[in-house]
Amino acid sequence: MKKQDEGGRRKGPGGVTRRGFITSVGVGVAAAAAGSRLEGQEKRVEIAEPGEMAKVALTVNGRRHRLLVEPRWTLAFVLRERLGLTGTKVGCERGECGACTVLVDGVPRYSCMTLALEAQDQEITTLEGLMRGEELGPVQQAFVEEDGYQCGYCTPGQIVAAEGLLRANPNPSLDEIRLGMSGNLCRCGTYHTIARSVRRAADLKQGLKGAGS
Amino acid sequence: MRDDAAYYIDGPVPETQAPSGEPKPWGKTDVVGSRRPRVDGYERVSGTAVYPSDVVLPGMLYGAILRCPHAHAQVRSVDATAAREMPGVVAVVTGDSPEGKDLHWAYGGMLTKLFDPHCRHEGEVVAAVAAETPYQARDALKTILVDYEVLPFVADERRALDPGAPKIHDGGNQVGETATYERGDVEKGFAEADFVVERSFRTECELHTPLELHGCVARWDGDQLTIWESTQGVYGVQRGVARVLGLPLAKVRVIGHYVGGGFGSKLQPSKHSVIAAVLAKQAARPVKLFISREETFLCVGNRPPANMTVKAGVTKDGKLTAIHFTGLGTGGAYPAGGTSLMDWLARDLYTCPNVKTETTDVYVNAGPARPMRAPGHPQGSWALEQVMDELAETIGICGLDLRLKNIPTVSQTRGGQPFTTTGLAECIHQGAKAFGWEEGYHRDPGDGPVRRGVGMAACLWIAGAGGPPATVLVKLFADGSVNLNMGASDIGTGTKSVMAMVVAEELGVDPDGIQIEHADTGTTQFATPSGGSKTIPTEAPTVRRAALAVKEQLFEMAAEQLEVDPGELVLEEGRVVSTRDRSKSLGVTEVQTLQRRGLIVGVGYRGDNPEGKVVNPFGAQFCEVEVDMRTGEVRLLRFVAAHDSGRVMNRLTFDNQVFGGVVMGIGLAATEMRILDRNATGKMVNANWHDYKIPTMLDVPPDMESVPFDRPDPEANPSGAKGLGEPATIPTAAAIANAVFHATGVRLTDTPINPMQMCRLLAERAKEA
Repeated sequence: MKKQDEGGRRKGPGGVTRRGFITSVGVGVAAAAAGSRLEGQEKRVEIAEPGEMAKVALTVNGRRHRLLVEPRWTLAFVLRERLGLTGTKVGCERGECGACTVLVDGVPRYSCMTLALEAQDQEITTLEGLMRGEELGPVQQAFVEEDGYQCGYCTPGQIVAAEGLLRANPNPSLDEIRLGMSGNLCRCGTYHTIARSVRRAADLKQGLKGAGS
Repeated sequence: MRDDAAYYIDGPVPETQAPSGEPKPWGKTDVVGSRRPRVDGYERVSGTAVYPSDVVLPGMLYGAILRCPHAHAQVRSVDATAAREMPGVVAVVTGDSPEGKDLHWAYGGMLTKLFDPHCRHEGEVVAAVAAETPYQARDALKTILVDYEVLPFVADERRALDPGAPKIHDGGNQVGETATYERGDVEKGFAEADFVVERSFRTECELHTPLELHGCVARWDGDQLTIWESTQGVYGVQRGVARVLGLPLAKVRVIGHYVGGGFGSKLQPSKHSVIAAVLAKQAARPVKLFISREETFLCVGNRPPANMTVKAGVTKDGKLTAIHFTGLGTGGAYPAGGTSLMDWLARDLYTCPNVKTETTDVYVNAGPARPMRAPGHPQGSWALEQVMDELAETIGICGLDLRLKNIPTVSQTRGGQPFTTTGLAECIHQGAKAFGWEEGYHRDPGDGPVRRGVGMAACLWIAGAGGPPATVLVKLFADGSVNLNMGASDIGTGTKSVMAMVVAEELGVDPDGIQIEHADTGTTQFATPSGGSKTIPTEAPTVRRAALAVKEQLFEMAAEQLEVDPGELVLEEGRVVSTRDRSKSLGVTEVQTLQRRGLIVGVGYRGDNPEGKVVNPFGAQFCEVEVDMRTGEVRLLRFVAAHDSGRVMNRLTFDNQVFGGVVMGIGLAATEMRILDRNATGKMVNANWHDYKIPTMLDVPPDMESVPFDRPDPEANPSGAKGLGEPATIPTAAAIANAVFHATGVRLTDTPINPMQMCRLLAERAKEA
């Protein structure tokens, strides 16, 4: 497979194959990420061959998955198309809309801008991970009650972003909600009810069930 | 032609059988009109809702489309030899390959090759591949060698009719003749006016960009094609794909249970659906083909730019005497309604005896337009509603009062047919009251660096009546549970929830317990796409009739058993009760005939709209802004939106729809603008969400209020509801512009209202002073 790939026909117009470029960049990022965690150890940069698969172990919603990925595969792609966790949506694949927001070690992150390799050894939480069995979690419940959506496609990202916001700031003001949620686009324009949902979620999380909005 | 013709993309629609009898309007309702979370809320927030882009099938491949990178080019040759040899590639199609060469595509009645070597806009399809991963598919596209002859282009519609402008079609760059409308005599009207105002306006091109990308998953089982499509209407996609591929309708099943937004851009079939089917056939495996975000900026529609001049006359006592509207627009490279409905408000929103409109539609080398949330209306509103304020100012009254002096009770464009209901004046009154208009209007904006102002604008929407065809089934099972079957899509407006509430209202069941089958050509009845603000007024009366048909059969069965007349029976909390002798009653599950048969099926048809009358929704919006005179920043402080859409079916989703319309209007007014490099390349330079800015939570006012004028329209249809989704976005931009004028005295004739433009206008004014 690798040998075949070296044929001249794969070269793009500029002489460098796009795939080769992206692959090496991808691994570079992964190596840098690994390096930053392993302080004091020598940084080792591996250049992956085009088409080469790498082993990765991902911890998603508390469950460990071992799989082979191309180094350039994004976390969003792996979650959706390999692990079947389609709660995470893809709207732009370039870090603009937030539909793919997941929690990485509890912090909201665009999974379209995160390589699967980068996410190794970190706790990944997706929308599905906010469920309590078949019951909705408090943020999810709040979005239903306050109608914090219309088409529902940005909603998983909004809910995960809200979860991240509330973990960092359990009692946000309206201004803090607006700032905290501004990285997630909603083309249906339901920001008003999203803000209300986040406030309601804060109350639900604090056990103030029945608190009005 | 019907008023919402833009929403019936594929020409005439089949008729449905006329329903028998007219149900009486609802009196007091128990479920309909309440504030109720959506019936599919759990699915949407838990991740269990499977959108078309979520579909993953065994053996599924991923498709990608190579698109023309030039604004105008002729494809001389396509060499996809290398692509076929790329890792993971299973299928390749080009305009020369056996699978691609005979495919055709109709652009608004203009038939071209699907892979048309004459690429008239950036983003036209050139080739496509399917591979094991989307990464491999995109790699393969890079190896396809295309020899383009790059042609001269025209990207600015204002230059399209210049002598020597590059011709986009053989007949030249004008789409048909200039469309004109005339009533009365505008010259006479201007002569009768005490004051005349004339001003030119422009709104920039806006793009729908729904969150879910456009695309589908296509799978063949022998000669049976199934497509999971992100669409506003499964039947339109079925028909479009069947026609291009020459397949019987019965062999094409389209499923669209969820759709991540559309706003008009997913009303019609797209080339990608056909391409996915062709790739899947070639590969003998399912293919998922979702286009990239960048592609959605180029080839799946837009609200085109509008250039408008409004000249209007008014008497000293505030009567409009004449309106002359001229417009120039473009639907892009193909006939796509570039000026469609931009003059409608000038024609029909206010009483005016003398009106003339002239609109000219031209071709440019840009992606074809598609209807976008109230096509033409926000553009026309931007012009007309600013002129209304200016007229009011010239005669020394408030713009709100000028509007109230010219409220229509009939549709003047339609030969004076009366509106069934018009809540325009009430919307203005109630909105103004909720907003505190008087206080805001009379407050001095001051002369400090930060000035406040208020503005308002009113609207109607040409359609919003809904109408036939629609056929809906309601099933009552022997255990009392209910199933609802309808063809329409729920594009996020809460259609499913409202329909469940209608069934619940008639059959006394819990709306959350109703199982809904919808938006699937294989299992439901024909429905038109969800657009035009017609879904609720089309489907709700139809659903109601289906539920009533169930009830009628149930009563017949129960009457036999109770030995009473079916006419005296009512349904109360799951029991059939005789109103003459309340001791005679049966639980639904005790009706023996139902137990034997297992099921009652009720069929509902959509009846006609009232003859000789017009059903339109109305509205008025109010906003307060703060303008920083030093930086040109405009902050939106609050919005009040008052809408007459007949009966409010679900207060929760009604309000949300209104807020969403306002937010989209804010985008048109202040943040959104397609930028084409009109000098060097003709290409779009901001085809992404970083550079093309849709509003974020920080761009919309924290304080928004919806004030429904909740008056059921008994003549419109047996649900009393009119459309809402589109009117909610019509007056927003004009209201903001009027508020900025109130704060600063600067008239904004062009969108977007951004600091750059504000600074320029403020500097110009300072220079003049």
